[in-house]
Amino acid sequence: MTLQTMTYLVVGATFALYIGIAIWARAGSTSEFYVAGGGVHPVLNGMATGADWMSAASFISMAGLIANMGYGGALFLMGWTGGYVLLAMLLAPYLRKFGKYTVPQFIGDRFYSQAASCVAVICLLAASLTYIIGQMTGVGVAFSRFLGVSNHTGVFIGMAIVFMYAVFGGMKGITYTQVAQYCVLILAYTIPAIFISMTLTGNPLPQLGLGGNFVGTDMTLLGKLDQVVMDLGFPHYTTMTRISTLNMFVYTMSLMIGTAGLPHVIMRFFTVPKVKDARASAGWALVFIAILYTTAPAVAAMARLNLHASVNKAVKQSYATDEARTAAMFAEENSIRYDERPNWMKRWEVTGLLKFEDKNGDGRIQYYNDKNTPAAAEAAGWKGSELSVNRDIMVLANPEIARLPNWVIALVAAGGLAAALSTAAGLLLAISSAISHDLFKNIFMPDLSEKGELMTGKIAMACSIVVAGYLGLNPPDFAAGTVAIAFGLAASSIFPALMMGIFNKKMNKEGAMAGMLAGLGVTMIYVFAHKGLFFIKGTEFLGLFGGKANFFLGIEPNAFGAIGALVNFGVAYVVSKITPECPEHIQHMVENVRTPRGAKAVDGTHAH
Amino acid sequence: MDKSGKAYWNAVLKLIASVLAVWFFVSFGCGILFAPALNAFSIGGYPLGFWFAQQGSMYIFVILIFVYAKLMQNLDEKFDVHEE
Repeated sequence: MTLQTMTYLVVGATFALYIGIAIWARAGSTSEFYVAGGGVHPVLNGMATGADWMSAASFISMAGLIANMGYGGALFLMGWTGGYVLLAMLLAPYLRKFGKYTVPQFIGDRFYSQAASCVAVICLLAASLTYIIGQMTGVGVAFSRFLGVSNHTGVFIGMAIVFMYAVFGGMKGITYTQVAQYCVLILAYTIPAIFISMTLTGNPLPQLGLGGNFVGTDMTLLGKLDQVVMDLGFPHYTTMTRISTLNMFVYTMSLMIGTAGLPHVIMRFFTVPKVKDARASAGWALVFIAILYTTAPAVAAMARLNLHASVNKAVKQSYATDEARTAAMFAEENSIRYDERPNWMKRWEVTGLLKFEDKNGDGRIQYYNDKNTPAAAEAAGWKGSELSVNRDIMVLANPEIARLPNWVIALVAAGGLAAALSTAAGLLLAISSAISHDLFKNIFMPDLSEKGELMTGKIAMACSIVVAGYLGLNPPDFAAGTVAIAFGLAASSIFPALMMGIFNKKMNKEGAMAGMLAGLGVTMIYVFAHKGLFFIKGTEFLGLFGGKANFFLGIEPNAFGAIGALVNFGVAYVVSKITPECPEHIQHMVENVRTPRGAKAVDGTHAH
Repeated sequence: MDKSGKAYWNAVLKLIASVLAVWFFVSFGCGILFAPALNAFSIGGYPLGFWFAQQGSMYIFVILIFVYAKLMQNLDEKFDVHEE
């Protein structure tokens, strides 16, 4: 069977499974649409949260970025898992006790103000929309490879499918389909990793294989990789930091607190029956997430080694001396001929995400770091790196590069689509509930019928998909980078407001609102200065700040959320000191939220 | 023993602070700030600092959440505020 037929078959079968489950558990009333009636077991909820959480950024994009960033890529790994510790301890149990559907409802009630609720909706929309742009980038990569079309066509097709998918069912459909999606995506991620780890190190567990020896040598795999990338002029894999230690620190922090502030993840913890379960659910979610996240560094390092080996025949050989090795790396016959390139390159060239340009006209592929050209490369007549590989394709191309069987490649395509679709659906749900429930039903049109509310939600979803798809055509960064910006926005706005709402009972509405607006504001300004106003290319305004990128302490825009959060806390504290104190009954309410006893099922009404 | 809401909340804050200290130490400490120094040692073929950053901290996070959930449950019962 050809690869293409096999891919259609596997992707088709998994889709049939999700749709079957969605029909079986079709949402009826609004209560079911939002939180599945509040009765989901913590382990199942953990798996569904895992699928919801692990998006195109985690599945498709992250390992490719780590492959490129080496040690520095750890900021994604620690950032996107460490946030669950914060979520489990600082937010989940208290929000569950509070017993409302959505984050803006909590903010609105805790800060006794509809205006605060509105500000929360704005923050939520900013973070969720940015997040979906990242998903669309990933969906575009997956569909373009899967259907053999250009990346742009891939994004358009992805938009249509995400729309049908998200509008079709509510959370109940999604909770059970997401359990199925988790199973598909985790198999799709780990099976190729096991195969590759086995081939490269003889150890089937990628987590151990990454530390193991490169087959047939007494050198570690990481040591081998360090040697290869250094020879080719790239930075040392196991020690390269991301820009600076400070930047890496702030970036990791931003992703962690962003995790704990993202509405579509927080909403998950409203669906468990008890406060106790909310704590355990975060733990289960992290177990299922960690299976993928601890595999990712192995996928990254091994894909990087295989990529170099597939264009340079000397990479996997052993040489007696350093001189012999360097000589071989740059020997003409060891760079493969372009017309003999492997099939995976031909398939990815169609998408436009992999390009070859024969700069020295020798008909062979030379791939190295031409920003730091090794002397030997110059001597060998290399005239610049001739291969450009979009980082977002690494995971999907990985099994092809390693020449794994067709069914594995097809499974990875299905997993990538599952990851992207499940997260896009979860985010769209958060957006639609924020707009239909928190804005229309509770503020603008209190007499909106249940039916009208559902319809408003669906229209909001459709609009978000169009906007995100349009921006996804020219994304501000690689999928995981764009998603990191979304985390920064959540980190700077929602997380501090929720924290202060629970841990500082004297925090008043003025402080919370000023804090959210200030945090979101400075983060947006910093990001837009680098990436363009609302991510539209050509509208960057770095010139206003001296024209130098990363002008604030050398911190990159993707990492700025943590600084925004500091601003948020600071502004909120100062403003709350100079404005009227928080009313007595609200302070009592906060005290009540802090103890688990008396937790009721969630309901959708506002307290006032 | 003081079983007031205030005493309960102080106990909760203390628990959170100790879990956060471990959380910070393994990730920001061993994974970032001390990583270059720790790379002089190795664990299972990994440089130690690299291991904390790309493997170890994640395993410890998982353990931390379950330990926290268990200790919180004990606290809830001790102060008699657990769910019926």
